[in-house]
Amino acid sequence: MSGGDARRPRIGVLAVQGAVSEHEAALADVGARTSRVRSAADLEGLDGIVIPGGESTTFGLVAGESGLLDALRARVDDGLPVLGTCAGMIMLASGIAGGGPQPLVGGMDIVVRRNAFGRQVHSFEAPVDVPVLGDPPVRGIFIRAPWIERVGPGVEVLAEHGGHPVAARDATRIVAAFHPELTDDRRLHRLFVEGVRQKAAASEHEEDTVVGAQ
Amino acid sequence: MSDDVAGNGAQGATGTDAVKAGLARMLKGGVIMDVVDAEQAKIAEDSGACAVMALERIPAEIRKAGGVARMSDPEMIMGIQEAVTIPVMAKCRIGHYVEAQVLQALEIDYIDESEVLTPADEASHVDKRAFTVPFVCGATNLGEALRRVAEGAAMIRTKGEAGTGNVVEAVRHMKTITQDIRRVASATPDERFAIAKEMAAPLELIEWVGLHGRLPVVNFSAGGIATPADAALMMHLGAEGVFVGSGIFMSEDPPARARAIVEATTHWDDPEVVARVSRGLREAMPGIEIAELGEGGLLQTRGW
Repeated sequence: MSGGDARRPRIGVLAVQGAVSEHEAALADVGARTSRVRSAADLEGLDGIVIPGGESTTFGLVAGESGLLDALRARVDDGLPVLGTCAGMIMLASGIAGGGPQPLVGGMDIVVRRNAFGRQVHSFEAPVDVPVLGDPPVRGIFIRAPWIERVGPGVEVLAEHGGHPVAARDATRIVAAFHPELTDDRRLHRLFVEGVRQKAAASEHEEDTVVGAQ
Repeated sequence: MSDDVAGNGAQGATGTDAVKAGLARMLKGGVIMDVVDAEQAKIAEDSGACAVMALERIPAEIRKAGGVARMSDPEMIMGIQEAVTIPVMAKCRIGHYVEAQVLQALEIDYIDESEVLTPADEASHVDKRAFTVPFVCGATNLGEALRRVAEGAAMIRTKGEAGTGNVVEAVRHMKTITQDIRRVASATPDERFAIAKEMAAPLELIEWVGLHGRLPVVNFSAGGIATPADAALMMHLGAEGVFVGSGIFMSEDPPARARAIVEATTHWDDPEVVARVSRGLREAMPGIEIAELGEGGLLQTRGW
């Protein structure tokens, strides 16, 4: 299933709707190849995937009807590395606090609250300390942003703002409530793509071993 | 663009350029639907709209009713805000900054300073830099788009000809903007002074467009989109998303049509999907030939 070149992994960007080109530019800057994912067939050959900011209800509905959502869930559950920002973080959560049911990818042991910081007049930017990315703090752009309300045992909180977790990761998933793709700071994308590279290199090595044994 | 009004919220700096233009980026590839009540707003959200535009009457009805079209009743807008979780936009009259202040006080997510309503000021548009809420404005060409950006608009849409169900004007405006951008991009630095004067746009913004080959903010299409194929056509022409006004709730089967237009906007470059979703939608809204409107009937000539 791998894109075939661990140094330049192939990362899909879910392109139902939302800030797709911004993530493509960020991924290209850190040495990844990108392709747009609009149907289940587009998942073929990916080493990782990004779920961008946008409207999570639109993602769930459009991707749900075409079967893309189920196919994506299967790949992500199977260990396909994934980065989700804002709506992408909502899509990866296992639950939504205080909201009605909506179709999700799910799988990450976090519960998020949508529009937690309020409507657009309360959208803001602020420096966010993300220790795993080192200094200086990230320029966090929060747009009708969610926060993480509950974190399960297998999840590491990467950043907090105003007393709420706003970035986290588990073994294969990285999520952020803010939008690094709207800034020139590539550190979060680099962290993600590094993880994808390591995983792709490991699976290439596995394939080599299998071929060698024949 | 400036950070003049950037304020300090409880969590950080509000109303910055990045925060205002950023929301428009999150709407890209999506469909923003005109709705007149909470019930329509719910239908729009359940059909995959990425935002709704709250207004008292949809443009086709405004056209029919005549008279002065104004900002909607706050009561109605609040009902729509209660009904959906997606962003809610609303329109103020061109130059009517108190209507804009009211909409900001209601915590509307985006203000459309719109030619669909009757202009309140014949000389000036709203100084949009003075607001925390971002604005979207209509444009028919690059100069007009950049004048609005200079005033602080964080998103542009083509004007098209609202309430007609006739996409021809939206096509004209989108192609004009694209052609204008190409001309600026291929111009030499000295030619850009003349272009800035000719287009009546700030030189810095003309130079920005020349350098980047696009508008400084997201550009949607609006005004006359009535079918899934119309929406896909506008995406082909370079729109980053679409507004659909009368096209949905003036048609015979609004939920099905809304859903189909959302699909066609996502899959605009896949004719098989556009064909599939276009089947069995029943009647589209009745369209109007632009020539029948006469000069006085045009909304796109409002604003400058």
